[in-house]
Amino acid sequence: MELTGADILVRCLRDEGVKYIFGYPGGAALHIYDALYRQDEVRHILVRHEQGASHAADGYARVTGEPGVVLVTSGPGVTNTITGIATAYMDSIPMVVISGQVPSHLIGDDAFQEVDALGVSRPCVKHNFLVRDVNDLALTIKKAFYIANSGKPGPVMVDIPKDVTAALAEYHYPETVSMRSYNPTLRGHSGQIKKAAKLLLSAKRPIIYTGGGVTTAGGEQELRSLVRRLDYPCTNTLMGLGCFPANDPLFIGMLGMHGTYEANMAMHDCDVMLAVGARFDDRITGDLNKFAPYAKIIHVDIDPASIGKNVKVEVPIVGDAKLVLADLVATIEKLKLEPNYDALKAWWNQINSWRSVDSLSYDRNSSKIKPQYVLEKLYEVTNGEAFVTSDVGQHQMWAAQFYRFDTPRRWVNSGGLGTMGFGLPAAMGVHLAYPESDVVCVTGEASIIMCIQELSTCKQYDIPIKIINLNNRYMGMVRQWQEFFYDRRYSHSYMDALPDFVALAKSFGHDGVRIDDPADVEGALRETMKRKKDLVFMDFITDQEENVYPMIAAGSGHNEMHLSPKAESEEPAPQERELA
Amino acid sequence: MEENRHIISVLLENESGALSRVAGLFSARGYNIETLTVAPTDDPSLSRMTIVTTGSESVIEQITKQLNKLIEVVKVLNLADRNHIERELMMVKVRATGDLRDEVKRLAEIFRGRIIDVTESIYIIELTGECSKLDAFVETLKVTEILELVRSGVSGIARGESSLSLNGHKSKKSN
Repeated sequence: MELTGADILVRCLRDEGVKYIFGYPGGAALHIYDALYRQDEVRHILVRHEQGASHAADGYARVTGEPGVVLVTSGPGVTNTITGIATAYMDSIPMVVISGQVPSHLIGDDAFQEVDALGVSRPCVKHNFLVRDVNDLALTIKKAFYIANSGKPGPVMVDIPKDVTAALAEYHYPETVSMRSYNPTLRGHSGQIKKAAKLLLSAKRPIIYTGGGVTTAGGEQELRSLVRRLDYPCTNTLMGLGCFPANDPLFIGMLGMHGTYEANMAMHDCDVMLAVGARFDDRITGDLNKFAPYAKIIHVDIDPASIGKNVKVEVPIVGDAKLVLADLVATIEKLKLEPNYDALKAWWNQINSWRSVDSLSYDRNSSKIKPQYVLEKLYEVTNGEAFVTSDVGQHQMWAAQFYRFDTPRRWVNSGGLGTMGFGLPAAMGVHLAYPESDVVCVTGEASIIMCIQELSTCKQYDIPIKIINLNNRYMGMVRQWQEFFYDRRYSHSYMDALPDFVALAKSFGHDGVRIDDPADVEGALRETMKRKKDLVFMDFITDQEENVYPMIAAGSGHNEMHLSPKAESEEPAPQERELA
Repeated sequence: MEENRHIISVLLENESGALSRVAGLFSARGYNIETLTVAPTDDPSLSRMTIVTTGSESVIEQITKQLNKLIEVVKVLNLADRNHIERELMMVKVRATGDLRDEVKRLAEIFRGRIIDVTESIYIIELTGECSKLDAFVETLKVTEILELVRSGVSGIARGESSLSLNGHKSKKSN
């Protein structure tokens, strides 16, 4: 029996196992919306702005590992998703975006709500397709899902002209797909792995630095086996938090611009670095000329283009992080290699002396609410088991530092693109994936406004997330940079017309509480987290000028951190040591 | 770092949009394109592209990897790494009057060019060769007036057994 393109599309989604799609209807997508109406297997979540759809699908994908699916109409429907698509692209998140397009015969005529969807999305998708013939539709959708969630994952857009969604064809969804031009390498080269094992075990001052690629590959167990087998220090990037448990003594914290003192000092001084699923971006390395000057680097990544892009690599290994880590452990056993225990002991002594500088310390006796304190208490109250989404800025860094993630896929944030407005819609996607779990969105008063309209979506679908608004009445990170580097000229970083967030939440049909006394923080969190069925907007009035420490200023090296005044007083005097 | 000229051959799916992906990659990442040629191959589902670019070794390595990352790209080969032949076609329209008619004709013959259109005052000369030969010919044409000049950009092919084709044994693609 022949089906319309719209019905074929919905069948494809069903057969692909899609449970939720996030979207917003419009003219060019109406046949598709009609097909959705006539079935109940694929559930559509109606957002309030297409940016929210792409972030919600992204949040869903980050916690499940399955592609998030977005459905929008042509023109503004497409352009509104771009920020969310670029966010997913930068963090290698699988996503399939289906966009309606004006009818084929109008393409190129500047028709109503026409935009060159392939053209505007091209720089921020892994791939995109225009479906010209209904007979190609099912295969194209199959390819889109395959490309989105294999190799280095990423967003794929499928643009479908309206007439194609009305045309008829036989439905057949291919079970598998193979492409002569796309065959990701999964298995690492065994010779390179052997080389890596020998180099790694020859280290006197080793470090294992891992990123989001380990999460993507599901390689956390293999990583833990390797680190524990060797007793080597492990640090995670912002994107890799949770892959190695934050509470494990071998974990030395997050590294990079706002990483811990011990992680950054160890990165600087190490002699062998194993980097897995991380891409040496500028927020990690600081000044490349000062980066890890004594290190021989082993770099494992599924993307050959990530290897050797920013730093010179001794042993490159292209492959899936999980498979390569497993092979690495097996190779170490097979070759009966043992670490240099004496050197390792001295290295740990050094690391522990750096650790004694409490680089995440803050003033615990303040009469104002310290944002760090809110996050420490949030961690305690939720037993470290909540899914935490965030927006972008100071609150994001504090959440990364103070919510000690022990499992991957619990920490959901826009690491690469740094998209304000991400947290709330992403939390919706997370809740739909794990409706029984606690989902909190850690945000700030500037970020939350950027996608605040999604409170309405939360009302429609009873999405009981908890919003932790660290309200310092500033764009905090912008203000911090202006304090440090622009002589406190706070140019346009102050929000002097903020809404009453409690009233705002209530107007959307939710509840809100304002907390401005440190003594009330823990109690309010405990009360709120008990309310499993309600969305509660917690507006914490925090210390206005608190800064995120440590901080590596742009253009500085890992051993040139700004420390908080207290940590600075604890910093050991530099010692003459033989490193080269 | 030393910047060298490289000639990169790309075998890619003959699909609309593939060219703009390659062009977009070069502009987005700030890579330089000196010339770019593209046309379908004997297999109509495949196109063959030749890109001439300059850059340091690390930039060229990134260009090759980023090209390979494009979904429609089947294979990439840096011809600068091996023995190869490259050719470019030029057509140049020059003023040819009086004594210059013979002079220009002689020059064209020396460079093994062909005069492919003639009017009372004009020649169009076709010339094929390596870029440097074309450049040299343009230099000699200063004896007269160049009215119009069009160059195709470079096409290249490796010498000997190594070939950039679906079954070729060189430059296996990995993403």
